[in-house]
Amino acid sequence: MSTASPQIAPSDSITEDEQIGVFSAILVMIGRNKTLVAGFSLILLIGLFSLFGTLLIDPERTEVGAGKPAQSPSSEHLLGTDQQGRDVFADLAYGTPASLIIGLIAGVIGVGIGTALGFLAGYYRGYWDTFISLTTDVFLTIPALLVLVVIASMTTVLSIEAMGLLIGFFAWMGPARTIRSQVLSLRDRSYVDVAKFNGVRDIEIIWRELVPTLMPYIAASFVGTVAAAILASIGLSALGLGPQNEPSLGLTIYWSVTYGALIREMWWWFGPPIVVIVMLFIGLFLMTAGLDQVSNPRLRTSV
Amino acid sequence: MNEVTPLLECRDVSKTFVSGTFRKRYNLALDKTSLTIADSPPAITAIAGESGSGKTTLARVLLGLLPPTSGQVIYKGQDIAEMSRSEFRDFRREVQVIFQDPFESYNPFYKVDHVLETPIRKYGLAKNKTEAKELIIDALETVGLRPSETLGRYPHQLSGGQRQRIMVARAVMLRPKIIVADEPVSMVDASLRATILETLRTLNDEFGISILYITHDLTTAYQVAENIIVLYKGTVAEAGDVEKVINSPTHPYTRLLVDSIPQPDPDLQWGSDSSVSRLTGGLSGHGCVFYDRCPIRQDRCDETPPSLYQPDKYRVTSCYAYEDSGVFDSPRLTDAFIPASEIAPIQG
Amino acid sequence: MTTTKDVPLRVENLEVHYHTRKGPVKAVDGVSFELQKGERLGLVGESGSGKSTIALSLMVAHKEPAKIEGGKIFLNGTDMLTLNDNEVRRKRLSEIAMVPQGALNSLNPVMRVKDQMIDGLKAHGVSKSQDEFADFIAELLTRVGLDVAVAEMYPHELSGGMKQRVTIALSISMNPSVIIADEPTSALDVVVQRQIVQTLREAQDRIGAATILIGHDMGLMAQFATRIGIMYAGRLVEIGPTKEIFNNPKHPYTQMLISSLPNTRGKRRLSGIPGITPSLLNPPPGCVFHTRCPQATERCMIEIPKLVAEENGHSWACHLYTEAKSEEEVTA
Repeated sequence: MSTASPQIAPSDSITEDEQIGVFSAILVMIGRNKTLVAGFSLILLIGLFSLFGTLLIDPERTEVGAGKPAQSPSSEHLLGTDQQGRDVFADLAYGTPASLIIGLIAGVIGVGIGTALGFLAGYYRGYWDTFISLTTDVFLTIPALLVLVVIASMTTVLSIEAMGLLIGFFAWMGPARTIRSQVLSLRDRSYVDVAKFNGVRDIEIIWRELVPTLMPYIAASFVGTVAAAILASIGLSALGLGPQNEPSLGLTIYWSVTYGALIREMWWWFGPPIVVIVMLFIGLFLMTAGLDQVSNPRLRTSV
Repeated sequence: MNEVTPLLECRDVSKTFVSGTFRKRYNLALDKTSLTIADSPPAITAIAGESGSGKTTLARVLLGLLPPTSGQVIYKGQDIAEMSRSEFRDFRREVQVIFQDPFESYNPFYKVDHVLETPIRKYGLAKNKTEAKELIIDALETVGLRPSETLGRYPHQLSGGQRQRIMVARAVMLRPKIIVADEPVSMVDASLRATILETLRTLNDEFGISILYITHDLTTAYQVAENIIVLYKGTVAEAGDVEKVINSPTHPYTRLLVDSIPQPDPDLQWGSDSSVSRLTGGLSGHGCVFYDRCPIRQDRCDETPPSLYQPDKYRVTSCYAYEDSGVFDSPRLTDAFIPASEIAPIQG
Repeated sequence: MTTTKDVPLRVENLEVHYHTRKGPVKAVDGVSFELQKGERLGLVGESGSGKSTIALSLMVAHKEPAKIEGGKIFLNGTDMLTLNDNEVRRKRLSEIAMVPQGALNSLNPVMRVKDQMIDGLKAHGVSKSQDEFADFIAELLTRVGLDVAVAEMYPHELSGGMKQRVTIALSISMNPSVIIADEPTSALDVVVQRQIVQTLREAQDRIGAATILIGHDMGLMAQFATRIGIMYAGRLVEIGPTKEIFNNPKHPYTQMLISSLPNTRGKRRLSGIPGITPSLLNPPPGCVFHTRCPQATERCMIEIPKLVAEENGHSWACHLYTEAKSEEEVTA
């Protein structure tokens, strides 16, 4: 009877996963999430349209009198011209990135401030939390859109960047709340304590241990904030309170309303911006829903 | 009285948890507990209790993770609440921890190397990357792990037992004076528990590290520790030589606990339940914490809580039934502990 | 010839796989056993042994991605796997009942205890008047050692141990032939654990229900079970009367498991089982334990050992014994 030496199985990993890290795993999970991919593709499409549009189309075509007014679509003006002679297609090509930029600026400011405050309040608790939570709650009761309307109507010249900043100022509360509640539950995890025993100081614990784990939430917050900011900016512009010197989607709508495009049956003027806005929002919505699924395992439909 | 130099001690530590905003509820998790962990000789002490006994609270207070409501935690003669930043840093390094949950102890974002590399960097344990690698490999091999099978992996790729052993390796690497192990094997498979517990014994024998073993499992406490403190509702019920406390318990609560151990021997069955059902109402709240479940309770037990009495040289118990043995008057619980020199060596 | 009355549960070659992206994970890989009327069987295994999967599968209550790939489960003579959902539902609670893990909150937090119990009973076709139900529930609660006042309480007013006793009361309410207790005392303290296990013992004894206690604590098994089955990596490697398993273990895994158990009778060097449980996605060929077995032979790496019945109702699946037997035959 021969006795072979017992062998420990060569690959001892329990799940036999490839050496895949959490970051790559997240990317893979994102890739597998059809909702997120669909939303992202839509946004990408719009982004590419903006990019190539601004590169290929002459900006002068967005100015008043670039062409004969009220022309229906033709080979020269793909989407016709508006009542003041602006080329609608050019207007769209330059107006879309404007809305996107406002959204991005507001998103970065809102999520940046909100996340930082959320971490401080959630991790340190005590006076930090009391103060920050109070401020957050107070700001939440302020009707942001109303204040924006008032401020916008008071200023004569409002640039794209200024609008982004303004909206961002009212966009930090949501992320602050979300991040704070996440941090409150994470700070009690054993690995935070282990880090303390490894000699890691508090700030570094926040930055190195908590931020990476919360990236999905931060990303979801970001997309949500961007969507809300774009909506706010389009709304303000459509009321005529936005930047008037540069083309934007909301501005196009404003002019089409002012000049009665609907009555004049100038469908090529009020139609396309609405289509772009709808696409933008469907894309952002799908992205938010997809990110929610990625960060909340219970919503996932597949393993 | 034993001559032991106290390394880490808590004096009259109480901890009350408050919950609720309008109608506050107070929970006295620890009630004026004092204990000492000696510097030399390094010993293994068990703190045993069920949920609500205060054992985890005591561990967290001793580790400096939770400030006591009253009382002090003293390390090397200094109150930890009054230490300077660098003094506290030394305390953090020299009193290490092993937590219960082998999954939660790791940040899933990082490979397991992260938890081993970070302290080397932070405490300056190595001059360069090669030295650091050597330290890590050495520590892993001490706990019986193969570096090639554990390093470079993510926590979810390893078993609970492996993860817990890496945590032990981490603690060893720092050459602490004390390791507080909070239920280190309760979430590990039975076949691996023995290995980890044997490793703890090695740490004590070969590296001279004192170990505080917190558990609800009296059997492993018996195997691993020399002395044991049995906690019930934040107070010490019984303490001393683990042979005495477990195999001839005096306190009615310890008796109940020991009787309830499911012995892995079909010939040693549980007897009929000897505990008394809880009293509803009529509890003064001033007396012995075990009054409502005690089969030998008397009226006086509900009026004032008993002191610690010393029925044996190496055992104390807080039950009036033993008051004739005399009060244990030392502030240090360890004075009733059996010294390592008097314990028979373990059979192979 | 045993009738179905004597054998309320018979499992034949049960195969349960979890379907993951990487392929099927064989959580239960060909398990067969019989449950005698009124007996207490302990099914012991560590993590990854398949014991929890079996618990759910026996009630046909497993969920995606777990799928029963093969085998039969005979409950009182009928193969549950051939029945449709409604028929299975009717058999649950009335013929086979479950006491789930203590940590799982199986009680509805917004209903009083008595309402939940009545709901459960009505759903299985029990119809009584309000008074009859009240009396019935009071009797059930007393049988598990609870005060009748518990019927009016909400789950959050009860301790962990009391909640478990309510689930035990529910499980015996329709006098099932089989009770499956899946780690009923996890997360419970040792004193409460003893009370729960003793309550379970009395309750099943009273109604004569065969009980399977699933868990990992050999100490509990020694106190509760009359027969013990040892599971490893989805297979049943040994099964026999409790005393036999503890005093005369045959399979190397069982032997090492028993010798690693600490007791309070004397300090000794503690030894565990080296190695780790194998991947169930890609189990090792041949005997699933051979990678950790100190006595493994070449045959163990190729051929899966069968569960062979020996004396005293004690069976085990290990080549070491069949080889020894054939050697005896040769030299005899």
